[in-house]
Amino acid sequence: MTLDLEMAEIAKVFFQESREGLDVMESGLLSLGATADTENINTIFRAAHSIKGGSATFGFAEVADFTHGVETLLDQMRNGVRPVTPEAIQTLLQACDCLREMVAATEAEKPLDKDRIAALNADITHILGERPKQAPTPGAPGGAADAGAAQPAAAGSAAADQPCGWRIAFEPVIDLLRVRNEPTRMFAELNSLGAFTARADVSRLPPLDELDPESCYLSWNIEIAGQIPRARLDEVFDWVDSGCRLDIVPIGSSAPPAAEPLASATAPLPANLAVSADARTPPAEAQRGPASGTPVQKTAGESGSIRVATEKVDNIINLVGELLITQSMLSGFADGIDPDDLDRLRQGLSQLARNTRELQESVMQIRMLPISFAFNRFPRIVHDLSRKLGKKVELKLSGEGTELDKTVLEKISDPLVHLVRNALDHGLETPDRRLAAGKHDSGTLELAAFHEGGNIIIEVRDDGAGLNKAKILQKARERALIAPDQDLSDEQIDNLIFMPGFSTAEQVSDVSGRGVGMDVVRRNINDLGGHVQISSKEGVGSTIRIRLPLTLAILDGQLVRVGKEVYVISLLAIVETIQVARERVNTLAGRTEVFRLRDEYLPVVKLCDQFGVEPDSRNATDGLLVVVEADGKRAGVLVDDLLAQQQVVIKSLESNFKSVSGIAGATILGDGTVALIIDVPDFIREAVKRSGGALTAHAA
Amino acid sequence: MSTAKTTAGADKSAAETSEQYLTFMLAGEEYGVDILRVQEIKGWDKVTRIPHTPDYVLGVINLRGAVVPILDLRRRFGLETIDFGPTTVVIVVRVMSGLTERTVGVVVDAVSEVYNVDAADSKPPPDVCGSVDTVFVKALATVEEKMLILLDIDRLIGNSIADELAPGVAAA
Repeated sequence: MTLDLEMAEIAKVFFQESREGLDVMESGLLSLGATADTENINTIFRAAHSIKGGSATFGFAEVADFTHGVETLLDQMRNGVRPVTPEAIQTLLQACDCLREMVAATEAEKPLDKDRIAALNADITHILGERPKQAPTPGAPGGAADAGAAQPAAAGSAAADQPCGWRIAFEPVIDLLRVRNEPTRMFAELNSLGAFTARADVSRLPPLDELDPESCYLSWNIEIAGQIPRARLDEVFDWVDSGCRLDIVPIGSSAPPAAEPLASATAPLPANLAVSADARTPPAEAQRGPASGTPVQKTAGESGSIRVATEKVDNIINLVGELLITQSMLSGFADGIDPDDLDRLRQGLSQLARNTRELQESVMQIRMLPISFAFNRFPRIVHDLSRKLGKKVELKLSGEGTELDKTVLEKISDPLVHLVRNALDHGLETPDRRLAAGKHDSGTLELAAFHEGGNIIIEVRDDGAGLNKAKILQKARERALIAPDQDLSDEQIDNLIFMPGFSTAEQVSDVSGRGVGMDVVRRNINDLGGHVQISSKEGVGSTIRIRLPLTLAILDGQLVRVGKEVYVISLLAIVETIQVARERVNTLAGRTEVFRLRDEYLPVVKLCDQFGVEPDSRNATDGLLVVVEADGKRAGVLVDDLLAQQQVVIKSLESNFKSVSGIAGATILGDGTVALIIDVPDFIREAVKRSGGALTAHAA
Repeated sequence: MSTAKTTAGADKSAAETSEQYLTFMLAGEEYGVDILRVQEIKGWDKVTRIPHTPDYVLGVINLRGAVVPILDLRRRFGLETIDFGPTTVVIVVRVMSGLTERTVGVVVDAVSEVYNVDAADSKPPPDVCGSVDTVFVKALATVEEKMLILLDIDRLIGNSIADELAPGVAAA
C-alpha cells in the first residue's frame, strides 16, 4: 500500500513509534515472567493498542489485524480472565518479533511473511480458544514463571460483574481539539457499543467575539445502555484520559453472565480509526508529552540520526552565542590596535579559547549516549538463549547510565553480544553440573559499565566453569599458535582464546564454537582504540574486561620530551609529576629501580629504554618522573622535561601504518611535526614484559 | 625542500598494452613503480621515530594533516646505507593492503624518469634477481637499452608493514 507524500512523512513517525512500542512490549513481557503485575500488563497492552490503532489509520490491514489478536490476548490477561503462562508469554514474544518484521517490511514496502503470520495467528487463536478462567487460580500454572501467584486482582472490573449501563461525565481539557482529539469520533464509537445519549454542557462557552475556535469549551454527560465491559469504555477514552475529567459510573448491575465471549481474530476494528482525509498523527504522541527529555534510539544496527535531549542542544546554542560575542569583541579590536590594548586582546583571546573549548565539549556530549542502548537487547537474548540451552541464568546489569560516543556504542554492540552468547554457551554450566559443583543451580551473568580514568570499562562477568587452562594450552600447541616449549603465565594462557581460529569447543553449535568469534571481537575492540582481556578461574567463573576510549577524536595531553623526541601522555592517566630525590630511589636486584612516593614503592619506567631514544640523562634523579595510573597499577615514567599541556587531535597510526604496542596514536603539533601519543596501560604492560617480570607495577 | 606532484591520471600512450612507470635509482639499479600509484614526490624532511619497528621503518611524517609512514628502501633490501642529503627523495605512494588503501613514503636515492613500458618489452624475473627479493618484482623491462626492475608496490609495502608475529607462531 503506497501512501501519498504527506501521509508517508507522518507514517515515518508511526514506524519509529511502533518500533519503540514493540521494545516496550518486549521488555514488559520479559519482566512479566517474574512478576505479573497489573501495571506491567497494562503498559504492554497500551503499546499494542497504539500500534493497532496507528496501523489501521494508515491502512496497514495485516499489521492491524495481527496486532488485534495480540491485543485481545493481552486484554484478557489484564482483566484477569486469562492466566499469564510462560507459553503465552513465549507466544507473545514471538508475536512481537513477527510484528517487528511486519513493520519493517511495511516500511520498506516489501512483502510480508504470510506463513509466519498465519502460524502465529494460529498459536494465538489456540490460546484464546482454551477455556479462560473465571477467577484467578491460586495454584501456579507450572513452569518457572510465578504468573499464577500474582493475577491482577482488579484490572478494571472482572468479568464477574456486568452492569447494564454506564454514566459518563466527560470534561475534556481546553486543548483537546488542538491535540487532534475529536469528541465526535469517540461518541460515534460509543454509539456503536450501545444506546447512547449525551447532553452537552455549554456553561463554559465565552461570547462569540472571545471564542477561540480551536479550544474545547464543552463537556458532556453521557448515558450509555448495554452490557459493555468497562475495559471497552476505557479503550474509547484511551487517548484522552490524561488531563481530562472522566467519571465512569455503572448503572445498576445484573447477574454474572457466562464466560466472556471469545474475541475472534476477525472482529471489525473500531470505526473511528478508518482512514480519513483529515487523519493526523495519532494524538497519543501529544498525550505522551514532548520527547524533549528522553533520548531514544533504535538499538538494532546503526542509524544515521540521533534523538538528542533538548537541553544538550540548548546548552550548545548558548555557548555559540557567547562565542559570537567574544569573537565580535576581538574583531572590533583588530581595527585599531595599540600596545595598551594588548592586555585586553589577550583577555579576549583567552576568553575565546575558553568558549571554544566549552563549545567543543558540548558538541562531543551530543554524541554521547548511555550504554543502556547496547545493554537493553540482552534481557531478550539471555532469555531466549538460556531457554534454548536449558540453562538457568540471571542477568544483572549495572551502570546502564554510563555514557559513551555513539559510534563506539554502535560498534561495541555486536562484540558484546558475542561475548554474552559465549558466556552462556561455554561459561555457564547446566543446572545439574552447577548443583554437582556445589553452586546455585541458576548462574549469574553480569554486565557492568563504568568510567575509569577517561575510558569506559565494560565487564562481562559470569560465575560459570571458567576457562580450562590445560585444554587451551593443549589446543594452542596443537594448532602451532605457540611454540611447544613456550611457557606462559595464567593470564597469557587465558588470553590465548583471542587468537584467530581458536576454539576448544568440542561441537560447533550455531551459537558459538566456530572459533571465528573471539579474535573478531578483539579486533573490533582494538579498532576502536580499546583493549579486551579475560581473566578466569576454573570452577569459579570468568571476567572479560573491555576498555574503550570515551571519544575517538580528541585527547587532553601533556607533552613530554625525551632527548630530541616529543611524546604525548593523556592527562587523565597522569596522577602527578615529581622530581625524585636521590635517597628515594632504590635499585632492586640490580636491574629495576623503584622510588618511594609517600608510602608506596613504584617502579621507574625509562621511556628512553622502552622506545630506544637517546635521552639527556638516564638518571632517575636528573629528569622528571611522571606518575601514571593504568589498569589499577601505578608507575613512574622517566622523561627529560615537561612541555606544554594541550588538546590534541588523535590520528590513528593504523590508517597508513599499523598499531604499535605502547603507542595509542599520533598527533600533529603546532609546529607541524608529528608526536606519538603514549598508550599508558599498554606501555606499562610492555615495560613489565620486557623486564622479564622483574618489574612488577604494584597495585595503587 | 621541494615538493613536486605528479598527476595520477597521466596520459597513457596509444598502445593499450603499455603502462607508465616512474623510475628511481637505488644503489645503482633503476627501479620502476606504476605511475598511477604515485601520489607525490617530496624532499627528505625530519621524521618522527616510532619505537618497536624494524630499522627500515624510519618513522612518520605529517603530510598535510595525515600521518604517513616513511620506509627506507635501502635498509629494506638489506643494502648498504648512505647518508641522506639534499638529493634524497621520498616517493609517496598509495598501496592496497588487503581492502584498505594506505599512503606510504619510500626513501630512494634519486628519481629518474617516467617511461612507457610495452608489455612486449617486459618479462617475468628469473629466480635470482640482483639484490632484491623477487617476490616484490613484477617484471624486468628493457627500455632504451636499460634494464628496469618493475616493482609490485602492494607486495613490497604490504609485506613491510605486515603485523609482527610472535616467535614460533606460524605465518598467516
